[in-house]
Amino acid sequence: MIIAERKLMEEIKRLVAPFKKVLVAGCGTCVAVCWAGGEKEVGILASQLRLARNAEGNKITVLEATVERQCEKEMVLELKDKVAEVEAVLSLACGAGVQTMAELFEDKPVFPAVNTTFIGKPEKEGLWTEMCGACGDCFLDRTGGVCPVVRCAKGLLNGPCGGTRKGGKCEIDPEKDCAWVLIYRRLEKQGRLALMREYNPPKNYRAVKRPGRIQAVKA
Amino acid sequence: MAKPFREILKTKEFIVTAEAGPGKGSNVSKIVEHIELLRDKVHALNVTDNQSSVMRYPSLGVCLLIKEHGGEPILQVTCRDRNRLAIQADLLFAHSRGINNVLCLTGDSIDVGDHKEARQVFDLDSVQLIHLVHTLNSGKDMAGNELDGATDFCIGTSATPSADPIEPQLIKVEKKLKAGVNFIQTQAVYELDELKRFVEFVRKIDEKVKILGGIVPVVGAKMATYMNENVPGIFIPQRIIDELAQAPKGTGVAKGIEIAARMIREIKERKVCDGVHIMFIGREEKVPEILKAAGLL
Repeated sequence: MIIAERKLMEEIKRLVAPFKKVLVAGCGTCVAVCWAGGEKEVGILASQLRLARNAEGNKITVLEATVERQCEKEMVLELKDKVAEVEAVLSLACGAGVQTMAELFEDKPVFPAVNTTFIGKPEKEGLWTEMCGACGDCFLDRTGGVCPVVRCAKGLLNGPCGGTRKGGKCEIDPEKDCAWVLIYRRLEKQGRLALMREYNPPKNYRAVKRPGRIQAVKA
Repeated sequence: MAKPFREILKTKEFIVTAEAGPGKGSNVSKIVEHIELLRDKVHALNVTDNQSSVMRYPSLGVCLLIKEHGGEPILQVTCRDRNRLAIQADLLFAHSRGINNVLCLTGDSIDVGDHKEARQVFDLDSVQLIHLVHTLNSGKDMAGNELDGATDFCIGTSATPSADPIEPQLIKVEKKLKAGVNFIQTQAVYELDELKRFVEFVRKIDEKVKILGGIVPVVGAKMATYMNENVPGIFIPQRIIDELAQAPKGTGVAKGIEIAARMIREIKERKVCDGVHIMFIGREEKVPEILKAAGLL
């Protein structure tokens, strides 16, 4: 899923400083699961904004709404009436959601209230880690299901760098595992270490022609 | 003029290389001093490529200076700052100016340097870089196009014999050897047994490749602890930190030189590997003292 982090209050306050009435729009999918932009976070941000502006003697009216997926037009259109009432929208969705909203309501400024960070998964309560770089050329079959493209700090394809810390931790962060040590251990467990000895040629960065666009062919 | 490094590699001589780290700025007087001081005392001078991810005078530029001053340069190329187009172009340029040795490296992460917000490249990794140099040597570029003038590089790479766990590191070394390298300059080694174990591993795959043990002198217990925590690939054992801590105040540099020279002597006497690569970062002018103390001058 897509992981995001809410922006700092100071920045959000700056974004809506010129406005008296805004909509805080959440998304009920990825960003809800990673505690950044679901219904609960919409409520928290709306309250924080009201309190902050009250304290400044500059009241703001904040409407709240959350749709299931802000990256889908039909779902975002549910917000039509609320958007019509406000001067600006603060979107708590990922970048795809913010842009869908901005595209649908072109006459209103739509601001991001979260920073979209990566495609990842929950590790434990409150901790998410990056898993996929959306490179368009998946080779997890060669690496024991561990992606070195994003889980190695340098995205190396043929083994660890020389900077791995004692115990198999990453050069740049002792909290993070060296992806290639993980790959080694996984393939060893499966008796498939020969795979790690095979040369992986340079990545084909044309696999996804940016900006990405996929047209499905109906069967 | 210095003898081509490739020729040295064919002999049975104990090979000595040293690192010349470019400075920050366009003033090259200090590095020229180091070149003048070292060019006749070592077989070749490595020039680091934005070492530790700190932006500096370029490796190519200093390699040219070494040529101009009659020395033998080894161009260090990392994958961090340039994509495959830029690396190939630089290598064509290097070859056209008589720079014939290239050390293929991954490069430190951007995060350890002084431009932490920059985008790191790593379009290639060090194994792919070795393949790339072979491709240019064969008269083609990576896209398969014919070159008007091939390169003819003597190819080296690095490895970390002290890595823990060592197995993933050795698998990568195996890939590098299979890609084809003429020499390996290891990362800093402080335990000869680790170096020995590494050499034995390499010899099983490649009998010819020359292996130069990496020597990074440490000049104080505090510095050693700092390096262990902050310099990627450096593992200084406690006994060396203790030895440095016991040195009287003000004698840290002398002690560091003594320890380094002792290592070099042992490597040579016990024939652990084919030579040494001395990286006395920021203290290049002290390299002759190490060589003298090691009986190499």
